[in-house]
Amino acid sequence: MADLVMKIENLKKWFPVSLGFFRTVFSKEQLFVRAVDDISFDIRKGEIFGLAGESGSGKTTTGRLLLRLIESTSGKIYFHGQDITTTGEEEMKVLRRNMQMIFQDPYESLNPRMTVGDIAAEPLRLLEKSVDPGEVEKRVSQTLEDVELTPADEFFFRYPHELSGGQRQRVAVARAFVVNPEFIVADEPVSMLDVSIRAEILRLMMSLVQKHKGSFLYITHDLALSRHMCDRLAIMYLGKIMEWGDAEKIIFEPLHPYTKALIEAVPIPDPTAHRAATVIKGEIPSPVNPPPGCRFHTRCPSYIGDICRTKEPQLIDVGKKHFVACHLYGSEK
Amino acid sequence: MAILDVHDLSIRYTIGRGTVKAAEGVSFQLEKGEAMGLAGESGCGKTTVALSILKILPSNGKIINGKIIINGVDIVPIDDAKMRKDIRWKVVSMVFQGAMNAMNPLYKIGDQIVEAIKLHEPDVTKREAKERTAKLLEMVGIEPERADNYPHEFSGGMKQRALIAMALANNPDLVIADEPGTALDVIVQAQVLRLMKELKERLNLSIIMISHDLSLIAEVCQKLAIMYAGYIVEYGDIVKIFGEPVHPYTVDLIESFPSIKAEKQEMVSIPGFPPDLLNPPSGCRFNPRCKYAMDVCKKEVPKLLETSKNHYVSCHLVKR
Repeated sequence: MADLVMKIENLKKWFPVSLGFFRTVFSKEQLFVRAVDDISFDIRKGEIFGLAGESGSGKTTTGRLLLRLIESTSGKIYFHGQDITTTGEEEMKVLRRNMQMIFQDPYESLNPRMTVGDIAAEPLRLLEKSVDPGEVEKRVSQTLEDVELTPADEFFFRYPHELSGGQRQRVAVARAFVVNPEFIVADEPVSMLDVSIRAEILRLMMSLVQKHKGSFLYITHDLALSRHMCDRLAIMYLGKIMEWGDAEKIIFEPLHPYTKALIEAVPIPDPTAHRAATVIKGEIPSPVNPPPGCRFHTRCPSYIGDICRTKEPQLIDVGKKHFVACHLYGSEK
Repeated sequence: MAILDVHDLSIRYTIGRGTVKAAEGVSFQLEKGEAMGLAGESGCGKTTVALSILKILPSNGKIINGKIIINGVDIVPIDDAKMRKDIRWKVVSMVFQGAMNAMNPLYKIGDQIVEAIKLHEPDVTKREAKERTAKLLEMVGIEPERADNYPHEFSGGMKQRALIAMALANNPDLVIADEPGTALDVIVQAQVLRLMKELKERLNLSIIMISHDLSLIAEVCQKLAIMYAGYIVEYGDIVKIFGEPVHPYTVDLIESFPSIKAEKQEMVSIPGFPPDLLNPPSGCRFNPRCKYAMDVCKKEVPKLLETSKNHYVSCHLVKR
């Protein structure tokens, strides 16, 4: 399909667990953290795709895999139809001009010894070596204006410690957009910011995405925000996608018991609202030894019997490209 | 009688570049069994106010004016030894921010709670303290056998629960919770909020919940105080404030929370950023960001006036 920017097929990332000297030498078993375990989805041109779940569900790992900041264990990642899991480092550099990342913590993702101008210019200098210095300055100024760090020449020579959290995250946004990427991974870009300025940063990112006709993978644990941001949404749990489809559908007609639980747990900013009576118990199990069968069965309020414990549910299409992996909705074929 | 009556409290921090006016004329009351939320952006002085109630401000922080009356006694003039002996943990305790790092990684969870008990009640024997620890852990939903675990063996939610147990170690009347649940995932967060509500009912606890997240406060509290740049700008019954917010800052703050249930809408944010408290704007400190700012707002600090029963607002827009 022509309008797909990213297509991910059966992507896996298993991190080996180091067990210490003796167990490594004398034991044959090798344990793995199954951070991402066989997921498939696609991202269309100009779309904001949300990836939501609890911490430890593998959403950040997925984001990093897509940019090949870490190597996948197996699976395919197609960027405009080209499989990028096997491209060489040099070719990858060329491709990265079209793929950028915005990190979670603006207090740590900016080099404290570089000025704002240098930080925003670095991707240009690294990825578009031919650009001459005057051109670099012009484009950086333009991008700083775009992210509303105005007047740009005033911010150009400032250091990150002179900026507030919101301004820092704007610098991070500028650094990602300066090379006009087609695809951006934003890893919880506003979770470290005050609520009063979150909306501004998000609106800025959305307008830049529209302006550049780029696509966005938005990683978040905040379902309330993702509902207002995203076109489509995937819910992850222990390295698996449990449900994905149109964001509206997922939020208002969730099918998977885990999605339902997540949505019910979102606090509502209204003191008169009444919360549903059940909150699911326990916390996310260890991804080293995930539960067999459906990974959610240990906490599931709608456990239907042995099948949940023994057979892993596959994602099935329940209509209009709304996929869910749960035995409640039948098994595949 | 109110269990806590903070009256006209002002706090300053002295730093190299000058004096930070962190809290100005803060007043509020809290009854027994009542939960109040203290909300505002980072740097608005909410944690400063909380620390002053336990009198554990950093060494450069000073209460320059006002009273903090706990159970009828003003604690501002009380010295540190007496605070430790009579007030801290026995009357007021605190659940510190950042459940992940608030515990000593080198000691077992149970021993840390025993330490809190023994420090404030030296007469209690070690055995009694251990029994009490087991009960406390059970009360917050942790199996008592887990007392022998180290903090790294606990998940984030369990650490938060253990911290709550620690705050309850000496049966306080008032617990201050600084950003509980902010670092936790939604499901675990909902569990922790539910626990706090239950404990409040069961032990008739008073709670001050500090958070920048109004939706968390709305889950637990009956009262709300909104702070901006050191001032309480709106205060009173939470249902009234959410229903008819009056102060322009409160209106914007409530609107900036996306609700998962509401219609898809333009996200609202408050333009500009909070002022530098070394050199705050004159008059109402919100005036540079306020869309209704008038001349008087730049000159005069508005008084906190009662606009309707149990609803106080500090804004010149309110007719006196």
